[in-house]
Amino acid sequence: MTDHARDDSTDNHRRRLLQAGLGAAALGAIPGASLLSAQAQSGFDWKRFKGEKIEILLVKSPRGDLLTKYHKEFEDLTGIEVGSEMIPEQQQRQKAVIEFNSGNPSFDVIGLSYHVQKRQFAKNNWLTDVRPYINDKSMAAPDLDFADFAKGGLFYAVEPDGRVNSLPFNLDPWVVYYNKELFDAKGIAFPKTFAEMTDAAAKLNDPGKGVSGFVGRGLKNANVPVWSSFLLGYGGGFIDKNGKLLTDTQEAIEGAKMYQTLLAKYGPPGVAGFNWNESQSLFLQGKAAMWLDGIGFAQPLEDPSKSRIAGKVGYGVMPAGPKKQVSALFGDGEGVSTYSKRKGPAWYYVQWASNKMNQTRMLQAAAGAPVRNSAYAAAQKSADFKAPKQWVECMLTSASIAEPGLPIIAPVTEFRDVFGVALTNMINGADPAAELKKATADFQPVLDKSEKS
Amino acid sequence: MHSSAIAGTARPGFLARRRRSYVFFIVPALLVVGAVIIFPWLFTVWMSAFDWRIGSAAHFIGLENYIKLATNQRFHEAILHTLYFTLLAVVVPLIAGTAAALIFHREFPLRGLLRSVFTMPMMATPVAVALVWTMMFHPQQGVLNYLLSLVGLPPSLWVYSPTLVIPSLVLVEIWHWTPLVMLIVLGGLAALPTEPYESARLDGASEWQLFRYITLPLLAPFLVVAAVIRTIDAIKAFDTIYVISQGGPGTASETINLYLYLQAFAFYNVGNASAVVVVFFAIILALALLLLYVRQRAKWT
Repeated sequence: MTDHARDDSTDNHRRRLLQAGLGAAALGAIPGASLLSAQAQSGFDWKRFKGEKIEILLVKSPRGDLLTKYHKEFEDLTGIEVGSEMIPEQQQRQKAVIEFNSGNPSFDVIGLSYHVQKRQFAKNNWLTDVRPYINDKSMAAPDLDFADFAKGGLFYAVEPDGRVNSLPFNLDPWVVYYNKELFDAKGIAFPKTFAEMTDAAAKLNDPGKGVSGFVGRGLKNANVPVWSSFLLGYGGGFIDKNGKLLTDTQEAIEGAKMYQTLLAKYGPPGVAGFNWNESQSLFLQGKAAMWLDGIGFAQPLEDPSKSRIAGKVGYGVMPAGPKKQVSALFGDGEGVSTYSKRKGPAWYYVQWASNKMNQTRMLQAAAGAPVRNSAYAAAQKSADFKAPKQWVECMLTSASIAEPGLPIIAPVTEFRDVFGVALTNMINGADPAAELKKATADFQPVLDKSEKS
Repeated sequence: MHSSAIAGTARPGFLARRRRSYVFFIVPALLVVGAVIIFPWLFTVWMSAFDWRIGSAAHFIGLENYIKLATNQRFHEAILHTLYFTLLAVVVPLIAGTAAALIFHREFPLRGLLRSVFTMPMMATPVAVALVWTMMFHPQQGVLNYLLSLVGLPPSLWVYSPTLVIPSLVLVEIWHWTPLVMLIVLGGLAALPTEPYESARLDGASEWQLFRYITLPLLAPFLVVAAVIRTIDAIKAFDTIYVISQGGPGTASETINLYLYLQAFAFYNVGNASAVVVVFFAIILALALLLLYVRQRAKWT
């Protein structure tokens, strides 16, 4: 702490604020806190871009809130002024496309959802390759520690051609939440394979009592990752090396059949219109035995004021398919705009946002699942860490078997729409093979065109 | 220029000059209309001839967007959904609103208060209304299924069923906009002359005959106005559908507006979206002509 304070002896006020901030962090017993102070020793200087101003565009979410809450700390640390804007996910994605396309975006740093924006941003070269910064000792913070990022996160951040366009921030592998009480009442163990999963859903489904064996997203667009979770376990994929869709192969059809069985047969009435929130509220009421969705829902599930099943929730890793055990993965990160005139300070912000302390904070606040491995050990040491042990274990195991839950292509939204409609039709009785065939035929030209131009 | 013109004495010159000076006055309006209506419209038509996705280059493809739309099953379904939705959302509020107006036209205690209560839905924000109805439609936790269970009916899937979704969405429209029809018709009723009724009563006409042969024909112009307003509202409906069903389940409630939104703002397919707008415009034009024709017929003679 004192090391760092020596750097800006001229600015007493700022120093005091910084010390106060770090002091508070230390009281929270966050081991990462001490790392910030060690930087003055290398050629790296947090104060290098003092007095500059950068603009950040984030998505309104618990993660965005968390970063925004600590922007003051970044400003005190670097002397860079931060202007930030947080808008809802869909609007943020539209704004990004329109502003990047104009060639003069209003932001220097943008938070991106890899599963939707990765290919689009990379293809259009909208983000700055940060490799030169990572390799430059005077630009890379000593605690950047690239090796600390989980494999899934690096997969998203690094392009196939080696470019590093962003730093990962949050990972969202899909897991199976299960109601331990319902499982115990029937003496059923948590399923280890797809066959056991269908079997458990069948046994636990009890429409007379209003209990569904399984719940998940049926709403078009939102429902695609549920199907991908099965498709990947059957050994399928989205696209082959030549850009041909694999979505009408036998594996894809098997995955779709499983989707159809679980949702249409053992799911609640009306599941075709369910997104994650409807699924969550049903599960919270104790009216569903299993719920497949992203890992970020532990907080509401364990909150007794919202959940009737607090303390009875099990966190299970996605069961193994006939070919593979895969958890479908989503993720977020931050990158520096190609058009930014303040790339240095913007890169400083990106490093800060994904630093160890913020990652640990994120886990402690249950705002998401950090991409840094070190954050888990660090957060668990803290006294006020509330997340269940099983959740942390489930997260770590899932992250180790994770694969992207959506194809890395530019027209992801259209992919989700076309296949989402097919899946919803299946819930309402359509034939999986026929629906997938039609959807694949519809989407192939869109995909071809997107990669050509 | 003016002084020399005034100096001239020829009569035709005077008329031409007058016309010229008046022409000048329409320029501001012409500019505004050109900038905010004509230009965007022409630009839309122009864009519809391109294969253009935001983020990649635009290619001129002529009529190809339209040719594709002509064979696009999803688009055809969207047109049918729009017409179905519009039909229901115009006819039902029209009937219900007229019935309500006839009731509120009579004298009874607390009429003023009840009338205001009845018009309250109109004042609510559409998105808020949609969110509340979303909760009410919920198959497990929604109040509508609870109400059904009270009278011994089986639960319904409402907006979660592909066949019921459009009627359910229309239910929201009915709740929201019947009061508007009621107000228009009530205005019409207040303006009706009393003489025809008096003479009809003398002739021994029944209440139904009074309504069928006097009230209804006299109300026709007002009903047409209500129908025009409702049609405009229903055909442009987006907020309630987007919030409640997002065009689903699947594409069961995807109207042209929702299809358009997806193409333009989710897929960034601007060329195709522009073509959809042009086709949509043609449909609206056809409907407008139909309504004009009906209005002509409904005039008091």
